[in-house]
Amino acid sequence: MTSHILSYIIFTPLIGILVIAFLPKGQGEKAKWIALATTLAVGLLTLVAFSQFQLIGEYQMVEEAEWIPQFGVQYIVGTDGISFPMVFLTALMSILACVASFGIKERQKEYFVFYLLLETGMLGTFLSLDLFLFYVFWEVVLVPMYFLIGIWGGPRREYAAIKFFLYTLAGSLFMLLGILAVYFGSTPNTFDLRVIAEQDFTLRFQQWVFMAFFLGFAIKVPIFPFHTWLPDAHVEAPTPVSVILAAVLLKMGTYGLLRFNYMLFPDAAHWFQPAMFVLAVVGIVYGGFVALAQTDFKKMVAYSSVSHMGFVLLGLAALNEVGLRGAMVQMFTHGTITGGLFLLVGVLYDRAHTRDMTHFGGLSGQVPVYAGILIFFSMASLGLPGLSGFIGEFMVLLGGFEVRPIFTGVACLGIILAASYLLYMIQRILLGPLNEKWSELTDINGREIATLVPLMVLVVLIGVYPSVLIEYVAPTLDKLNMLLNPPDTLLSSVGGAP
Amino acid sequence: MTTVESLSHFAPEIVLLVGAVGVLFSDLVFRDKRLIGYSALGVIVVSLILIKALSVSEPLSLFGDFFLLDKLTQLFRVAALAIVGIAILLSLVYSPLSKLYMGEYYALLLFSAFGLILMSAATNLLMIFLAIEFVSLISYVLVGFLKADKFSKEASLKYLLFGSVCSAFMLYGMSLLYGLTGTLKVTEMSTALASAQQPSLVLTALVMIFAGLGFKISMAPFHMWAPDVYEGAPTPVTAFLTVGPKALGFVVLIRVLSGAFTPFFDNWTPLILVLSMITMTVGNVIALSQTNIKRLIAYSSIAQAGYILMGIATFTDLGIQAVLVYAVVYAFTNLGLFVVVVATSEKVGSDEIKDYAGLARRSPLLAGSMLVFFLSLAGIPPLAGFIGKYLVFAAVIKEGYYVLAVVAALNSVVAAAYYFKVIKTVYLQPPRDEDALPCPWPLRIALGITLAGTILLGVMPNDLIEFVQSILPLS
Repeated sequence: MTSHILSYIIFTPLIGILVIAFLPKGQGEKAKWIALATTLAVGLLTLVAFSQFQLIGEYQMVEEAEWIPQFGVQYIVGTDGISFPMVFLTALMSILACVASFGIKERQKEYFVFYLLLETGMLGTFLSLDLFLFYVFWEVVLVPMYFLIGIWGGPRREYAAIKFFLYTLAGSLFMLLGILAVYFGSTPNTFDLRVIAEQDFTLRFQQWVFMAFFLGFAIKVPIFPFHTWLPDAHVEAPTPVSVILAAVLLKMGTYGLLRFNYMLFPDAAHWFQPAMFVLAVVGIVYGGFVALAQTDFKKMVAYSSVSHMGFVLLGLAALNEVGLRGAMVQMFTHGTITGGLFLLVGVLYDRAHTRDMTHFGGLSGQVPVYAGILIFFSMASLGLPGLSGFIGEFMVLLGGFEVRPIFTGVACLGIILAASYLLYMIQRILLGPLNEKWSELTDINGREIATLVPLMVLVVLIGVYPSVLIEYVAPTLDKLNMLLNPPDTLLSSVGGAP
Repeated sequence: MTTVESLSHFAPEIVLLVGAVGVLFSDLVFRDKRLIGYSALGVIVVSLILIKALSVSEPLSLFGDFFLLDKLTQLFRVAALAIVGIAILLSLVYSPLSKLYMGEYYALLLFSAFGLILMSAATNLLMIFLAIEFVSLISYVLVGFLKADKFSKEASLKYLLFGSVCSAFMLYGMSLLYGLTGTLKVTEMSTALASAQQPSLVLTALVMIFAGLGFKISMAPFHMWAPDVYEGAPTPVTAFLTVGPKALGFVVLIRVLSGAFTPFFDNWTPLILVLSMITMTVGNVIALSQTNIKRLIAYSSIAQAGYILMGIATFTDLGIQAVLVYAVVYAFTNLGLFVVVVATSEKVGSDEIKDYAGLARRSPLLAGSMLVFFLSLAGIPPLAGFIGKYLVFAAVIKEGYYVLAVVAALNSVVAAAYYFKVIKTVYLQPPRDEDALPCPWPLRIALGITLAGTILLGVMPNDLIEFVQSILPLS
């Protein structure tokens, strides 16, 4: 019996879109409730899928159907230990960011239509097991994101939106070329990931296609030097969209690296290992230094993302068990922590209408609850043991150290830098004498706290007891690790087979 | 097949011809000039029904081998009628035309539908030339139909001069071919050419024919007329010109290349590879700086021709499929775009992109449609344009033309930049005034057809692809 649960998860937001589209004029206020109900429904369905999730390395809950048989395109969705945490994260962040979107006052219907379309695109991207289908969802994400930044963003929103769009489109077109090369390079010609994974591509072919895919994903992550769209997009996007962008969209890039580059082209992955180490370390250190230099709170968090995503790449570059697991943990926790930080930036900006950190000071007495939460998330982000950020970075560094101790040593600088820019931020915003201008500032309200509490629970839970996450990702990652580092006996038996 | 037998298979075209003449004279009868347009529409519908009723499964050679009624013809005679039908729907609303000779106008449109069908069916060089000239001559008149408008007149003259020169070259090329082979039948040429003693002459003939057809499909370097003509012509005529002669020009190109020049494949493939890259790059780069929507679409349509040429360059089965599918989805998308342009210019009175500001507030329907059409042109899935683009990319990747693939990918990014320039104006910028834009019923019908085509062919392209696959191999 095939279950259709994943299809329900992907396409439920479209139902919400239809309902919103048929709202009569002047009823725009209701759109947010419909959107919230829809994201909650997706969340519930995700929990149902969660209850069915088994701790195995294979794809589960797979659904297959013919789509365009003439090209061998199928509708295949399925999940495993790599994609399910991402789906969980997407469903969760969609709910929280939807609550955070309640502050949107203009063109509400359009906003929530684009918002829900974005959710469908993200979920579909993580769940597709057919390259063609994957590409469709990957592109579907771009369009609503363009509008969410371009219509509801800050002063330079038009520039930021088109920059985001064109950068990502350029990357994804090269990915499309790669997808086509894989399609024609495999026998029989297919887009089915599971079949392609069993092909024996030559190293040379793998290298080219790896690069084509890498370009698409590197722009999304973003990996230095493709990161320049990120600060613009993050700074100009409205708070909830920044949250989605940081928590989910960036993960689409690293997810793609794991799912496609690593699973399909393991030999090329080894060949690119040194380059990935370099890019990872450059990203970590560069992102950290630039974050340190920012006065804009949001821009600082944006650059900290570049640095933290560098750790994910470092874990991937390690190509060993603990590195891969660390990368996966870091992906998840970065989503929760940075998502939380962007929410906090938004809370402050909504009240003060500025993000310039030099204009603040001494807010800890004025808004104590906010200050507490901000310190909590900052500690999590800088890797305080006991919180989840520590687990991910520690595992990544452990994995990296086994392979390239010197690079990994340099990467440790990133942690020091994180501590510097985050503590410096706390000092400038929360400590010191209170700037009289802010004596009227009100503390964080119940709705805003509600968006942050689930994230804090996850951060503590994973920080204290990381197995809750690792036991779900481990079977799949171990299988991937076997593929990347086949034991010699296995290698010879595979090589000997016709 | 004898002439009399052939006529029975030509019933839709006969209806078209008789209808065109009838429409011409109905001008004398009808006081309400809109009725002329409705009757022209009626002629198209009757003709379409007849095509459906008379569809044949086996290729038929008609009128002593002048025409071939195969599945390719089937597809494109429906397409030709649909294109002209939508142009008529647009003309019903387009007000600058309403004071002019409506009988002649609609009759010319119907005649041009007839000409397009001849283009799709002709397999004899002489008939190919006549069909192309027939469509061209009508186009020159239609472009200059706004007699009082100096841009329209200028466009018409330019089109005429440019077109005549290109036709002359093509005719010369055809005469060379005839001299080399002693036959005018395209299908018999390749055997005669294969043993031709002077390959350089064959190639000269080929290049000259490219010049004539390149003019029709607005391939660089024969594209210079396109922007001025597209801007100056009445908008419904522009809509017709950007898709009709272009799509059919590709059909003729396929017929001529597959019939006559297959032995010289290695010689012309590099030529088309380069021309394809130049065409898309020229179109896209110049489009970036346009401020008039008709000119922007003109350059975009030049670039689109460049993408379609990718399929011609490979000339594999997959490549030809790609060309045909691309031509069909492009027709839907581009016509749809012109529906929005006509609706907007009726209210706003201008074709400047800046006057599209805030269209999303003034008419969510038109703005949303425009978004769909531009996204389709940009090749964003799951819209029809993506299927076309996917196929041309697949065709060139399969043959290993990686440079072309990369150039096309980069071009697609440039294209997205100017498509989004319009989308930005429509969605992101505030409207100058809040008046709602009306969308009269002819435009609603046209919008319905083009939107349905653009979305359904993107989500469910199976039937079209299956049909196109059944066309091949060409006899």
